[in-house]
Amino acid sequence: MYDVVIIGAGVSGAASARELSRYQLNVCVVEKEEDVCCGTSKANSAIVHAGFDADSGSLMAKLNVEGNEMMDEMSRELDFHFKRNGSLVVCLQEDEMPNLQALYERGVKNGVKGLRIIGREELAAMEPNISDKAVAALYAPTGGIVCPFGMNIAYAENAAENGVEFRFDTEVLHIERKGSHWLLQTNRGEIETTYVVNAAGVYADKFHNMVSSKKLHITPRRGDYCLLDRSVEGFVTHTIFQLPNKFGKGVLVTPTVHGNTLVGPTAIDIENKEGTNTTQAGIDEVIGKAGNTVKNLPIRQVITSFAGLRAHEDGHEFCIGELEDAKGFVDCAGIESPGLSSAPAIGKMVADIIKGLSNAPENPNFKGTRKGILDPKVLTNEERAALIKENPAYGNIICRCEMVTEGEIIDSIKRPLGAKSLDGVKRRTRAGMGRCQAGFCSPRTIEILARERGVDPSEITKSGGASKIIVGVNKDRI
Amino acid sequence: MLNYDIVVIGGGPAGLAAAVSAKRNGAESILVLERDKELGGILNQCIHNGFGLHTFQEELTGPEYAGRFIGQLQEEQIAYKLNTMVMDIGANKVVTAMNREEGMFEIQAKAIILAMGCRERSRGALNIPGYRPAGIYSAGTAQRLVNMEGYMPGREVVILGSGDIGLIMARRMTLEGAKVKVVAELLPYSGGLKRNIVQCLDDFGIPLKLSHTVVDIDGKERVEGITIAQVGPDRRPIPGTEEHYACDTLLLSCGLIPENELSRSLGVEMSPVTSGPLVNECLETNVEGVFACGNVLHVHDLVDFVSEEAASAGRHAAEYILNGARHLASGGRDIPIQAVEGARYTVPRTINPERMDEKHTVRFRVGDVYKNCYVSVYLNNERIIHRKRPVVAPGEMEEVVLKKEQLAGFPDLSQITVKIEEA
Amino acid sequence: MEARELICIGCPLGCQLKVGLEDGQVASVSGNTCKRGDAYARKEVTNPTRIVTSSVIVEGGSLAAVSVKTREDIPKGKIFEIMKALKGVKVQAPVHIGDVILGDAAGTGVDIVATKNVEAMP
Repeated sequence: MYDVVIIGAGVSGAASARELSRYQLNVCVVEKEEDVCCGTSKANSAIVHAGFDADSGSLMAKLNVEGNEMMDEMSRELDFHFKRNGSLVVCLQEDEMPNLQALYERGVKNGVKGLRIIGREELAAMEPNISDKAVAALYAPTGGIVCPFGMNIAYAENAAENGVEFRFDTEVLHIERKGSHWLLQTNRGEIETTYVVNAAGVYADKFHNMVSSKKLHITPRRGDYCLLDRSVEGFVTHTIFQLPNKFGKGVLVTPTVHGNTLVGPTAIDIENKEGTNTTQAGIDEVIGKAGNTVKNLPIRQVITSFAGLRAHEDGHEFCIGELEDAKGFVDCAGIESPGLSSAPAIGKMVADIIKGLSNAPENPNFKGTRKGILDPKVLTNEERAALIKENPAYGNIICRCEMVTEGEIIDSIKRPLGAKSLDGVKRRTRAGMGRCQAGFCSPRTIEILARERGVDPSEITKSGGASKIIVGVNKDRI
Repeated sequence: MLNYDIVVIGGGPAGLAAAVSAKRNGAESILVLERDKELGGILNQCIHNGFGLHTFQEELTGPEYAGRFIGQLQEEQIAYKLNTMVMDIGANKVVTAMNREEGMFEIQAKAIILAMGCRERSRGALNIPGYRPAGIYSAGTAQRLVNMEGYMPGREVVILGSGDIGLIMARRMTLEGAKVKVVAELLPYSGGLKRNIVQCLDDFGIPLKLSHTVVDIDGKERVEGITIAQVGPDRRPIPGTEEHYACDTLLLSCGLIPENELSRSLGVEMSPVTSGPLVNECLETNVEGVFACGNVLHVHDLVDFVSEEAASAGRHAAEYILNGARHLASGGRDIPIQAVEGARYTVPRTINPERMDEKHTVRFRVGDVYKNCYVSVYLNNERIIHRKRPVVAPGEMEEVVLKKEQLAGFPDLSQITVKIEEA
Repeated sequence: MEARELICIGCPLGCQLKVGLEDGQVASVSGNTCKRGDAYARKEVTNPTRIVTSSVIVEGGSLAAVSVKTREDIPKGKIFEIMKALKGVKVQAPVHIGDVILGDAAGTGVDIVATKNVEAMP
C-alpha cells in the first residue's frame, strides 16, 4: 500500500517523484519500460524554451516561464547539463515583421525577461551561418539547452535517494476504485495506493479515461530529427527557430549541451503510441526545412536520425490537477513542448497538489542535492592522473568517439537506478552516442554490463524487453 | 615526460609496418601506441584467408598476417603500449595518452606516424528510415562478436552494402548457422572484390540485389523485418518496388571513414574526397614531421598495399629523424597531382621530382565502373602513360608508377594529371 | 566443346576465366593472368575446393576465442560437414599458430589448425 503511485518515469513523473520525496509519503513510480526516460522525454529538441510561445494566461505559459527560471538552480542541485545559450526566432520576410512583433509582445506578457528584436546585422554577427534571407529575429537570452536524459535521470536518482521506489518493466493494465483508495492491476501484480499521478505521456489519456467520464484525448504527434556530429560544433551557437509563416512552422537548428547540432522536428499526427519510426519523408522534410534559417548545413555530418512522440492533448494545454470525478487521481497529462522546460515547475505543482490533499508532513531527511556521474573530461590532467591511480578503470577508454571510460560506465551501472542496458549506459554516459554509433564500443560495453551485473552477456539488451544483442553462440543451430 | 624519436599512433597493419620499416631504416627510438588489448588491429577479426599474396607470396588469414608483422616488431625490439588511448597531439608533437597503469602521460616525439585506421559508416549516417531496434550492426561489429567472442548476433540476416566486410560476413554468418536472405547494394555495381562475390555469396546461393536499398526497418525491440526497394539512377527508391524480408538482423557494410579526429586537432590538412590527410610523396602531411599511412590516409582494398605504403611512411619518418635538414632542404618543388575525369583522388597529392625515389607508385580510385578504358598520366600536357584496362571499378584501388627520370625530362613541370580515358 | 566461365578467386585480381571442356576433361583455360588461375580453373570445374575458416572457444586464455582454418583446401561440398565437426570444440590455452585443433576434420584428411596465438591467462 502506497500513498502515491506515479505512472511513468519520464521527466514529469520523475520531477513529481523528486518533489514529493520532500514529504513523508510512501511513493512508488511504475514504468512499463526497463529504465527511466524511455518515451517522450528521451526524444525531443532538448531545449529550454524562454516562454514566449504559449498563449498568455495558459498553464503552459505559466509553467514554462517558471520552469525556465528554476532551471539554473535545478541543474546545480541535481548536477545535469544546462546552458543558457539564448534563442532566436528568425523572420525571413519583411512583411512578416508584425508577427515577430506579436510574438515579442506575447513573450513580454508571459513574463519572459530580456526579449529583444534584433536586426539582420546583429543577427548575422551572432550567427554567421544564418540564412541570407533572414531580416530580423526575436532574441530571447533566457532560452537554453539541456541534456534531457541527464535531467530526467537526475530527478529520478534524487527521488530514489530520498526513498521513492521505482518499479520498472511494470505496465499498468487497469485502474479501479477500491474503497477509499485505488487498485492498479499491472503485469506484475496488484498495487494499492491512496493517490495516483498520471504522468504516462502519450498513454495519459488511456489511464485518465479508465477513471473519469470526462474523456481526454491525446494524439501522438511524431517529430523526426537529425543529429550532427560534434565535428561541426559551433555551426550555430543559439537555438534557431523559424518564425511560423504561411508555409508552416519550419524546423529548429540548435546546438546540444554536448556539442552536437540538432535539426528538427517534423509534426506528424499518428495513431500508434509506439510509432517512433522515422520515415524517408520525415527525414527529407527536416533536411529540406533546415535550409530555411541557416545556410550550408553540413548535412553529411549527420550521425543519426530519430523520432519522438509529443503527447498532444486536443486543447493543446497542460492538464494538471485532481480529477473532479475521481478523487485522489491527479492528471499530469498533455505534457508536450514546452514540457521539458516546464518540468521543474510541473514537479512542484504536482507535489503541491498531493501535499494539499494529503497534508503530509515534510520529510526531515530530504536531501535535495545529487552528484552526477563523474566526467573525467572536466578534470585537469593532474586530477585525471590521480583519479586513474585511485581507480584504473578511469584510464580505460571504452567509447572512442565520446571518450567515455570504463570508470564512468561502471558508475552508471552501480549507482541508484543504474543502467541495465546499452541504451541505459548510453543515456547516462554518452558511450555509443558518437559518430560511430556504438560500432566499436557495444561489444565492450556488453562485457562490462554482464560482468558488473553478474549475468551472461547474452542477457544484455539494447533497451530491455526482447531487444537482445546476442542471440546465441556460434554453430549452436548447426 | 617520455621522449621518443618516432611515435606511431595505432598498432594495426599500418602502424606495425611503419614502425618496423622506420627501425630498419635507422630510427632507434620508436614507440607504438595501440588502444586495443593486442596488436594487429582489425586483422584480428578478419579470420578469413586471402591476405599476404603480395607481401609473403602465400595466402594467410588476417590474424596470421598480423602475426608476421607482430613477430617482426618483436624481433626489432620496438616498444609498444597496449590499451593506450591517445587523447591529444599538440602542435609541438607532444602526444598525450592514457591507460590504466600509467594514467595520463605525455610523450615528446620528433616525428609522428598517423596510423589510426578507419571506422564504418553507421546506420544513422546513412539516414535509413524506420524503427531503431536491436539487431542492426555494422558488419565489422558483427564480425568482432562472431569471430572473436563466439557469439551469434542474429539468425536471419539482411545485409545492406556489398563492401568486402559485408560479403565476408555473409559467408561467416552462413557458416555459423544463420540464414542470410539477401545482400542489397545501392549502387549498380558491388563495392567489394569479385572473388568475394564468388566465394561468399555465389557459393552459398545468397542473392545480390544491385541498385537496391533499405527503405524501412520494422520491429520496436528487435528487428522483425526489413523492406528493401529498387533505386533509380538518382539513387532514390522507386515506389512500388518494395520487397519485405522477415529477419532479425540487418548488417551494414556501406563504406569506411578514416578516423582523423586526432589529425584534425593537430592541424593536418584534409582531403574532402578521402577524408584523409593530404600528403606529399614522403607521405608527410602539411605538418612537418607528421606522416600518415594505411586506412587513416585513404581506405585501401588490400592490406598488402597498406603494409607497402606504411613501410614507405616509416622509411621517410626515419629519414626525417636522421637527416631532417636534408629532408626539408632537398630542393625541387612539390608538383600537384590532379585527379580528373574518373579518377577521384590520388595518394600522394604532390610529388617532388628531386626528392622522389627512382620510381613512385601513385594510388587512386575511380568514381564509376569503366570498361575497356585507359588509365592515363599527363606531365603538363604530354601524355606519358596510357595503359589499357579491361575494367576498373570504385571498389578496387588503381595505381600508376611514375619514374624520376621521366619527371626530370620536364624542367618546367607544373602539373601531373591522372585520368581515365575511354577507348 | 562445352565452355564454362568463372571468376578466379586465387587472388584479389578476380580474372574472368574461360574453361573449355571436352568429355568432362579440361581442354583449355584462358583469361587467366597467372598459373594460379589456370590451376584454379582446372580444379573448379572438376573438383572445386575451398579453405574454411572459423573460430573456436578457448578456455583459460587471454582471449575468448581462437581463429582456425583448414590447413589446406577441402572439397567445396564438405564445407558444412567441417563446420559441424567444429561444433562444440573447445581448446585449452595456450594455443599457437599452426597448432592442430582438430585432426582429419570430417574425414577430409585435412587438419584444422589455429591461425592465432592465444596465451594462457597469467
